Amino acid sequence: MPANAFNGFTEYGVGIGLRVPHYRHILAKKPVVDWFEIISENFMVDGGRPLEVLDSILEQYRVVQHGVAIYFGSADKFNREHLRRLKRLVKYTNTPWLSDHLCWGSVDGRYTHDLLPMPYTFAVARHTAEKIRAARDYLEVPICVENVSSYAEYHASEMTEWEFLSEVVELADCGILLDVNNIYVSSQNHNFDPYDYLNNVPHHRVGQIHIAGHSKFEKYILDTHDHPVLDPVWKMYAHAIKLAGHTATLLEWDDRIPSFDEVHNEALKANKFRDKQLAATTA
Amino acid sequence: MKRSKPTNFGTNSSPQLPRKINSRAQLRDLQRAMANALFRPLNPQWGMQKRWIDGSSMEAVASEFIKPNDRLSSFERLEIYNRQYWFRTLDCLYDDYPGLRAVVGERRFMKLATAYLSRYPSNSHTLRDLGNRLEQFLTEEPQWSAPREELALDMVRFEWAQVVAFDGPAKAPVTPDDILDTPAAKLRLGLQPYLSLLELNCAVDDFLIAVKKRESDVLRGEASNAMEAAPKAAVRRKRVRLPKREKVYLAVHRHDNMLYYKRLDPEAFAILSSLGRGSTVEDACVEAVTASERTTIDWSAQLKDWFDAWSSLGWFCRRS
Ligand SMILES: [Fe+2]
Repeated sequence: MPANAFNGFTEYGVGIGLRVPHYRHILAKKPVVDWFEIISENFMVDGGRPLEVLDSILEQYRVVQHGVAIYFGSADKFNREHLRRLKRLVKYTNTPWLSDHLCWGSVDGRYTHDLLPMPYTFAVARHTAEKIRAARDYLEVPICVENVSSYAEYHASEMTEWEFLSEVVELADCGILLDVNNIYVSSQNHNFDPYDYLNNVPHHRVGQIHIAGHSKFEKYILDTHDHPVLDPVWKMYAHAIKLAGHTATLLEWDDRIPSFDEVHNEALKANKFRDKQLAATTA
Repeated sequence: MKRSKPTNFGTNSSPQLPRKINSRAQLRDLQRAMANALFRPLNPQWGMQKRWIDGSSMEAVASEFIKPNDRLSSFERLEIYNRQYWFRTLDCLYDDYPGLRAVVGERRFMKLATAYLSRYPSNSHTLRDLGNRLEQFLTEEPQWSAPREELALDMVRFEWAQVVAFDGPAKAPVTPDDILDTPAAKLRLGLQPYLSLLELNCAVDDFLIAVKKRESDVLRGEASNAMEAAPKAAVRRKRVRLPKREKVYLAVHRHDNMLYYKRLDPEAFAILSSLGRGSTVEDACVEAVTASERTTIDWSAQLKDWFDAWSSLGWFCRRS
């Protein structure tokens, strides 16, 4: 839904990810952008240039925090220092909601720096939901969890990924950051229909949507974020906003990053789908 | 040799994983299994190793917990993650430690980085900290940088100091007013946490500047595409001359959020180091001047210049 408890009752439009190669352009030209998504971990530092850039961005723009290392799905307890730094940043940016991935990435204090898939079981869903609740209570901000793209499945899984996602967000009573590109990538890698996924998650919990490009290899698709959004993903996006409403949408472009304008124009294509859909519903 | 009975993936033996995951402990077993597989170095062809640590087949190990599909075996699916892990972490060290790379050479750097990460997998949520135990590693396993152990160690300390200077914490600097009434015999000053003082045996500062200049020249050559492949390769081949042995005292710091390094006189280095250890200003100065071999210096004027410069750079803060 456009504004809901999971995105702090905001009505954000199309945003883009704040990335280092664009800093100079943004700070000098101050382009009109509805909102920026920042990677929390890049700014959970104690001082220096990153925080100076963040200050300048916060003066001009609305910012939403997106994390890559909270690891709700790790069996380990939270790293308290990580949460403490995250909370400090949440207070600093005043982010209306915060997102991170439904995945794991560390064990016994060792970090893979990856977003690794979960085994889809009820016990794991309960454990993950407990961690999300604990994080939300501590951070005092709504949380949306994002579905990751994956290249492997476990024998231990006893349900589909979308069933697992639904189970987790219902138990945690949290939001979903629906990444339609990740659904597409995983559907190709694991032979499922991406529309089954889209149709069967609790749409009222979608607080934000991600779109991105990916790379096709001979036997699998990799979520590379280094291309424009591909047609099947745009089609899925159109379907997603039909189901979930005109939710805050963000284009991810993380590698081989072109000019700011190119990234922004690609992101703004999302508006076309929204307008089309608006026309269809009012016709 | 008799092999001990496999217990779990936390050891070097092949895993016996539960097919069902009904508890956090079982989830941890699965995650240990997967992490241990990812942390294993790739083979020389950048693929997953065919054998597990205990010699058993990696295909069998992978199929214990990863499902195959119609296109990829369990091994191949796990290999995607194994490769991603190493590409990501090696890329990160490659970018963050150009000086160390230039000291040992590109190929040896990859071997060194692989050995380092195998011994010390990341212990931080951020890749910024990935090299936080490189100095320790090179001290413990100098063979990876032989015969340039000393230079490599100097370089790694210097490059880590830059990571700290870039985004390390800053405290409020002390102002002249803060310390006006405290006599030098009682005054103790803290140093900014982002400031590192390095006593080095090689001029790694000049060397790193030359290395970075060469890398940006190579990049420019690639970007402009002005020359064919051969001249570009020639640029690559031209190595920066290694620095000769000389004592260098260096402060690595930031000012207006820009990174700087500043050479210090030995006495200046001694004073700052003493202050960092908690000495009073008077003790630090007296000790340094007394130990100095230089006799023709007007020490009171020199000390005033130094303290003025360090204060204006904001290096002093209250001791915590
Ligand atoms: Fe995403």
